[in-house]
Amino acid sequence: MLEIKNLHAKVGDTEILKGLDLTINAGEVHAIMGPNGAGKSTLSYVLSGREGYEVTEGTVSYQGKNLLDMEPEVRAGEGVFLAFQYPVEIPGVSTMNFLKAAVNSVRKYRGESEFDAMDFLKFVREQTKILNIGDDMLKRAVNVGFSGGEKKRAEVLQMAVLAPTLALLDETDSGLDVDALRIVGEGVTALRSPERSMLVITHYQRLLDYIVPDVVHVLADGKIVDTGDKNLAIELEKNGYANYSEAAA
Amino acid sequence: MAAVTETVDQVQSVEKYKYGFVTDIEADQAPKGLNEDIIRFISAKKEEPEWLLEWRLKAYAHWLTMEEPDWPKVNYPPIDYQDSYYYSAPKSAEDGPDSLDDVDPELLETYKKLGIPLHEQEVLAGVKNVAVDAVFDSVSVATTFKDALAKEGVIFCPISEAVKDHPDLVKQYLGSVVPYSDNYFATLNSAVFTDGSFVYIPKGVDCPMELSTYFRINASNTGQFERTLIIADEGSHVSYLEGCTAPMRDENQLHAAVVELVALDDADIKYSTVQNWYPGDENGVGGIYNFVTKRAACRGKNSKVSWTQVETGSAITWKYPSCILQGDNSVGEFYSVAITNNYQQADTGTKMIHLGKNTSSKIIAKGISAGKSQSTYRGLVKMMPKAEGARNYTQCDSLLIGKECGAHTVPYIESRNKSAKVEHEATTSKIADDQLFYCRQRGISEEDAVALIVNGFCRDVMQELPMEFAVEAQKLVGISLEGSVG
Repeated sequence: MLEIKNLHAKVGDTEILKGLDLTINAGEVHAIMGPNGAGKSTLSYVLSGREGYEVTEGTVSYQGKNLLDMEPEVRAGEGVFLAFQYPVEIPGVSTMNFLKAAVNSVRKYRGESEFDAMDFLKFVREQTKILNIGDDMLKRAVNVGFSGGEKKRAEVLQMAVLAPTLALLDETDSGLDVDALRIVGEGVTALRSPERSMLVITHYQRLLDYIVPDVVHVLADGKIVDTGDKNLAIELEKNGYANYSEAAA
Repeated sequence: MAAVTETVDQVQSVEKYKYGFVTDIEADQAPKGLNEDIIRFISAKKEEPEWLLEWRLKAYAHWLTMEEPDWPKVNYPPIDYQDSYYYSAPKSAEDGPDSLDDVDPELLETYKKLGIPLHEQEVLAGVKNVAVDAVFDSVSVATTFKDALAKEGVIFCPISEAVKDHPDLVKQYLGSVVPYSDNYFATLNSAVFTDGSFVYIPKGVDCPMELSTYFRINASNTGQFERTLIIADEGSHVSYLEGCTAPMRDENQLHAAVVELVALDDADIKYSTVQNWYPGDENGVGGIYNFVTKRAACRGKNSKVSWTQVETGSAITWKYPSCILQGDNSVGEFYSVAITNNYQQADTGTKMIHLGKNTSSKIIAKGISAGKSQSTYRGLVKMMPKAEGARNYTQCDSLLIGKECGAHTVPYIESRNKSAKVEHEATTSKIADDQLFYCRQRGISEEDAVALIVNGFCRDVMQELPMEFAVEAQKLVGISLEGSVG
């Protein structure tokens, strides 16, 4: 599914990822935890193809293809989805419209027929129910004036309608209160399937109460320094990252 | 809403300027150049009454004393006014077609290619019909739904026909909003105008369909000087649309139009334009010089005029659709989107002149500049001494795409009445990298993302357009900005 080998990446002159290895099989949910500045967000941007993140060494193979060669929109078409830590505002473009543009672009890429307005509305409503999203939010401009919880729910909604095979969730818990965390966590969990892999990036263990991972990795100083099951996350919550920071240094 | 997505779907399949073809049709042309004889020639061709010829000649004599304005922020080599044809008409239209069946098939084909229906379709339940006046170079070649409109007393015909059939109305209103001496280009138009549309909505009539005129420049080296006159009598309502296209040519062509609107007591006029004249190529070669004077007189109390324009074409755009708010409680609105790409230059805006009590005006102008283009908003809000309680709200937003373009805002505000209120807001922004990345991560290509973001930026204006035009306009936004990123 996803195979990352010896990945090195830099932003400007600073090397952030320093030989990262990671393999995720179809249907697995992996969590990456680590201290601030370890390279967690950089990993999500490198995988989704953001400009300014330069890969200097290593390979990323996704479903047998070289992911690093693809434009961001091609990666999306191939099934890579990034739930942003800070979702971006697009004034004047309704959420509904944005979703339809995105879904139809991706369907077109995948050789599927595009939705017309009516079919799309039906399709979206099936998803909004699960995430407790009202029609009102679909009419509002993308992320403009959304609360922290609304933004994250909108990200999960986008994930639901785009049906990715690899979902990257970048600090999806940041800025959420307990109730919002539960709704978002349950929404993501409902999207688990044997064909869908997930990489959940988080600083805290609490999100993993709702999205229970198959594998937990610790990322420190640009490398995976430890791997375990969900109990590793609970341990980290207790002891913090101090040991790893020293180990990495 | 669906239209934006449709833009995203279709933008890439459309060629850059799909209206750039030339129709091969035999034309009847006046000799090149401009002089009194040419004006007499045009007037004779149109079988005009003496008073109109006099008016034209008066304008021409005045024009000779005038100088081309140099205050707009646009640059172009001097125009040789003698190196242009001032009259060109398809030969088949010589005698004027009596009915749609008589229209030259070549012309019908041209308008079909442009996506403009020149046949009277059956009215579908719940769908409003659009009556079309098609102006090809210097003449109107067809007007649809004339009979259906006549039943309501609505007059919708080429202005050259109105001169013959409704001389009193034309004589009373022609030049009453934009006098022949108004400005360099309007004065030139007064001397040589060839055709355009005439609309009269009688008292108390709500015009049963959208009226529209499609202007097409076809002949080379030919200027187009159309003149439109719309009169909304007391308590009447009308919505009018205007569209423009031209072939792709290496030389620049001049288009100097005049539009006059008159709204009497309790009348309202909604005037929408989608201007898509050929903008020139990516190196700035060719394109239309679009020097247009549009002005509305809100003469009656409670009258209202609303201008909406989407300006994407032309090498140079120079136009300021304005409202003279004379009647008490009259309302003027101006909604504008001006998009420039490559080497296009646009200097556009509005003038709101408040004369009457409690008059109000609203200006929403959105400028989008890409490539090496320059876009200027130039607007005047003037509160005259008797404009007790007058109000204006102006909002100007500029969006820049790339590093080599420019956006400028030049608002003039003059208030001579202490009770008048004027508000002005302006912003300048760029399409942010994170917005583009966000869209692309969702599978939307970079060009579609730009179209989507720009359409969002223009939303306040786009939603003022009649439905039929909104879809087209949103597509146009995407097409105009092709190649502006990456």
